[in-house]
Amino acid sequence: MNEPLPYPAAPVRHGSNSGQPMTRRDGRLKVTGAATYAADTHPEGLLHAALAVSSIARGRVSFLDVEAAKAHPGVVEVITPQNRPALAHDPDSKTLPFSFRMDALQNDRVRYAGQPIAVVVAETLEAATEGARLLAPRYEAEAARIGFGNGLPEPAPMVGVGAPGRAETGDLEAGFAAASQIVETGYETPAQYHNAMEPHAIVAAWDGDHLSIDMPNQAIAMSQASFAAFFGIPVQNVSLRSPFLGGGFGSKAILAGPQVLCILAARMLGRPVKLVLTRAQMYGPVGHRGATRQTLRLGTDAQGRLTALEHHAVSETSTFDDFIEPAANASLNLYASPAILARHDAMRMDTGTPGPMRAPGEASGSAALECAMDEAAQAAGLDPLTFRLINYAETDPISGKPYSAKELRACYMRGAESFGWAGRPLAPRQMRDENGLLTGWGMGSALFPAPMFQAEARAVLRADGSALVETSGADMGQGAWTALAQLAADGLGLDIDQVEFRSGSTDQPDGGIAGGSGHTATAGGALHAAGRDVVARLTELATADPESPLFGAGNSGVTARDGRLVRNDDESRSEAYADILARAGLEALEGTGRGARDPANAEARAMFSHGAVFAEVKVDPELGQIRVSRMVGAFAAGRIVNPRLARSQLYGGMIWGLSFALHEEAVHDLRSGRVMNADLAGYHVPVNADTPAMEALLIDEDDRFVNDLGIKGVGEIGITGSVGAIANAIWHATGVRVRRFPIRIEDVLGL
Amino acid sequence: MNLFDYVRPASVAEAVAAATEPGAAYLAAGTNLLDLMKLGAARPQRLVDITRLPGLDTIEALEDGGYRVGAMVRNADLARHPGFAAAFPAVAEALLSGASAQLRNMATVGGNLMQQTRCAYFHDTAAACNRRAPGTGCDAAGGENRTHAVLGWSPSCIATHPSDFCVALAALDAMVEIEGPFGRRKLALEEFHLLPGTTPERTTVLAPGEMVTALLLPPAAAGFRANARYLKLRERTSFAFALVSAAAALQLSGGRITAARIAMGGVAAKPWRARAAEEVLEGEAPERAAFERAAEAALSEAAPSGDNAFKIALAKRVVTRALSMAAAGTPARMPALPGSAFATDNGSSADE
Ligand SMILES: Cc1cc2nc3c(=O)[nH]c(=O)nc-3n(C[C@H](O)[C@H](O)[C@H](O)COP(=O)(O)OP(=O)(O)OC[C@H]3O[C@@H](n4cnc5c(N)ncnc54)[C@H](O)[C@@H]3O)c2cc1C
Ligand code: SF4
Repeated sequence: MNEPLPYPAAPVRHGSNSGQPMTRRDGRLKVTGAATYAADTHPEGLLHAALAVSSIARGRVSFLDVEAAKAHPGVVEVITPQNRPALAHDPDSKTLPFSFRMDALQNDRVRYAGQPIAVVVAETLEAATEGARLLAPRYEAEAARIGFGNGLPEPAPMVGVGAPGRAETGDLEAGFAAASQIVETGYETPAQYHNAMEPHAIVAAWDGDHLSIDMPNQAIAMSQASFAAFFGIPVQNVSLRSPFLGGGFGSKAILAGPQVLCILAARMLGRPVKLVLTRAQMYGPVGHRGATRQTLRLGTDAQGRLTALEHHAVSETSTFDDFIEPAANASLNLYASPAILARHDAMRMDTGTPGPMRAPGEASGSAALECAMDEAAQAAGLDPLTFRLINYAETDPISGKPYSAKELRACYMRGAESFGWAGRPLAPRQMRDENGLLTGWGMGSALFPAPMFQAEARAVLRADGSALVETSGADMGQGAWTALAQLAADGLGLDIDQVEFRSGSTDQPDGGIAGGSGHTATAGGALHAAGRDVVARLTELATADPESPLFGAGNSGVTARDGRLVRNDDESRSEAYADILARAGLEALEGTGRGARDPANAEARAMFSHGAVFAEVKVDPELGQIRVSRMVGAFAAGRIVNPRLARSQLYGGMIWGLSFALHEEAVHDLRSGRVMNADLAGYHVPVNADTPAMEALLIDEDDRFVNDLGIKGVGEIGITGSVGAIANAIWHATGVRVRRFPIRIEDVLGL
Repeated sequence: MNLFDYVRPASVAEAVAAATEPGAAYLAAGTNLLDLMKLGAARPQRLVDITRLPGLDTIEALEDGGYRVGAMVRNADLARHPGFAAAFPAVAEALLSGASAQLRNMATVGGNLMQQTRCAYFHDTAAACNRRAPGTGCDAAGGENRTHAVLGWSPSCIATHPSDFCVALAALDAMVEIEGPFGRRKLALEEFHLLPGTTPERTTVLAPGEMVTALLLPPAAAGFRANARYLKLRERTSFAFALVSAAAALQLSGGRITAARIAMGGVAAKPWRARAAEEVLEGEAPERAAFERAAEAALSEAAPSGDNAFKIALAKRVVTRALSMAAAGTPARMPALPGSAFATDNGSSADE
């Protein structure tokens, strides 16, 4: 974003900027269509690229009809492994930070269906598309290995992004030996695809050895450095603009082959090139949530206390790279148990490499854990909420560390109260509504880590007392640029209307990664600190200046408020920022800030957001049709910067949980390895009619350790807890325990 | 080449002449055809755009009490036509249960009849599919076939016809009016779609150049208006095709069923009229036991074509329920979730 965003007609505000339910500053642009996305970029001389992708999942490309494609009117070039110019960085190496092996035409090998096998560049998108079709590839195909029955099992020493594949505490065998009851169960989750509304798109242009890129991106500075490495140019020669994102969910944090190929085409042809993936092409090279098969064993004593908890996940990954959905780790930090073991194995398949997708590991793992907890509660004859309270963890079960803050008990209570949980019959199939529909209530606990990354920001106070603040943050539609501006204004002690906010490009200081629900805390922390830095410099100027009413206030200090510094020892004496600058003869005053966690706190405490989700479902007893009729979530996630945006993130997460429980699934043909529903007509996400009455309660939480501002994230936690709550409600309605997601009509028909 | 001719004829006669050439296809709203062309699953050499032909977009109440509906009438306009929707409420409900509001605003009556199967292998040009490429085989057999046919399928093709509209039409003895190189003909909608047999590529009786010009609802069909429903099952409440659906219409007199009409969707390559089931019901009291017997009769010839045996049991329950709903009477207002098992589980109405 290079133009400052206009602020919509200001909502009434009281006091500070953060904590106010401001509407999204980009809202008007979005609803009027004025917001531009990367694919809306049309530089002079633009060429269009289209990918040809493989229809086999394994083997090699033996023939491409390059001549036919080249002969098509408008086609400028066909790029294949034969003529692809060299890259300075090997796409099969893993040396760049957070990088995955990618397919950038380095050879003729095919390792999954949907892999790019050629790029056709043409004067028009139509010509490029037809050129790609005319390539009519032939293959030497080998049998695809897809599905858990056909994969190659392998131990998984590392899972997720660098987490150990095995974690344990206590003596598991002793724990099970001490149990009066053991529940052993298993759950399957399918491959799911991010399906952001905006497809992956990139427009690349070269000027000598300077590269400029427009693309949706969740990790701007990191991508800048990686692209520089691929093309052997200095980092500062890459300028990357990431305008509005139409959703990312993790899939736009990691670079993929198509982006590198587009940049390569632009360099090869000396003209700007645009590449936009089709919806179907988003089911291959740009990541997905890998399928899992999970087994859990829960031992409980006569009082319903866990004596041992074992969670094993087998997670799908590709044959050539590792992203092992860390699903079993969902059991490490939530419920108190003297013995816990979480372990993982990988199952290699001929698929594109999975990657982080909104709540990676937490979502699939929570789905299985919360259902298993429900089964254990049922076996113990306990109410599911009571059972969770009995097993409430006062300290982090796996590390023994205290939590930085944990208001989960309040979440349980407030959520249960608002939902009306009391009086829920223990046995299933007891409730019917006025239309005779089976009615069930289920719940799940929500848990998500509160990570922080590294970010930097700059704030410049201008002569007129207004400020410009900058950091390269990413607004994926979640409202980051609104919440970040609120924090920046707070740091500066300015009203938000006095703050010009610039973000989303490599022109700005590194805003870090928009992922892991850590963006607001990290980039927001940096912006706030940059503002404080300006205020500190300003204070120094004023308190040392005999002309200033603040002279000599150095000891008692001053407070920055509404564009003025106010003496703490005498509120009637204050001075406007602009006046301080003017007297000092300064045109502007710059401050910088970093967002990062105090390592001592990080070491000493376990840091999580918590929540509790309650769901009601209706099931037609004969027809098996399922409808979620109500969801209530209560979440404690530190200080809430903008309750309106936070609530809408939580709703979105809860709806995603519904989607996980009842709809989403990539269906593979096990013979060809192709995804058979690679479009939005076949890959279902809920429509409005599926989305129930929802409530997201924000529970106050004062976390002094997570960071200076007490901010955690709300982007992903809403999915956790929700999947289990719905599945458990379906059991409660029907008496049928479905152990495979998504839950379908035939699963509850009782056939 | 992706080049194709595009012609926009001025009259039905011109259109028929233009479409009689091999490789020609009529273009209505294009919500199905253009998608297939983008996938490469349809590659017509000539598109004959009939969207601006005069006279095909009218809904006429006929003197005898029947209706004539032009082929270019939009799905939404027909469903919201007060006279038509009152006379044939199950047809309106079926229409409104289909696709999404945006698609219904575009999609035409003729296009709905002529839409292709949603079999994923039909869409996937790298797959073997006898319907799309005769003689190549059928990858759905032994593949993903949870949603495939349980009635009327053949080893060469196990696909289903996806239309909701046609199911209600088949139940109510709708007729199709066709204009072609050899003149005009009319035939029952029930005869219009073909079962796959050994020639699954032939999906309807239309000969090259023949065009659907209108649909006719006979006056007798309006006689079911008081007891007619459409019920559609699918996981997603809206914007999803039917796993199984049924249209049921009854005439009741003196506590007995005097006439019954039943058709099923999502079970075969054509909307499946269940005449055997209708016969079971005639003269019976409108009660669950009779409905269950009718449902048994409706599915008596059913057989799974893959991993879809559950659809047979489900279809029986859907037929039973649709009959119960019809017996309970057509609701005074269109339910907010037309065709849904949860039609009653909501406050507002689709009329608002
Ligand atoms: C995502 C999605 C979901 C959908 N869900 C549903 C659903 O739930 N239920 C449902 O019933 N439908 C559903 N549909 C299908 C929709 O109803 C059809 O796409 C639509 O009815 C086709 O009408 P059209 O005018 O766009 O036809 P076109 O796409 O223009 O044509 C379709 C075919 O009919 C032929 N044709 C068109 N008019 C005539 C004519 N007058 N005479 C002879 N041939 C003709 C064309 O040559 C072409 O072969 C869905 C479609 C989509 C894309
Ligand atoms: S079921 Fe019919 S449409 Fe589907 S692949 Fe087989 S032949 Fe083709």
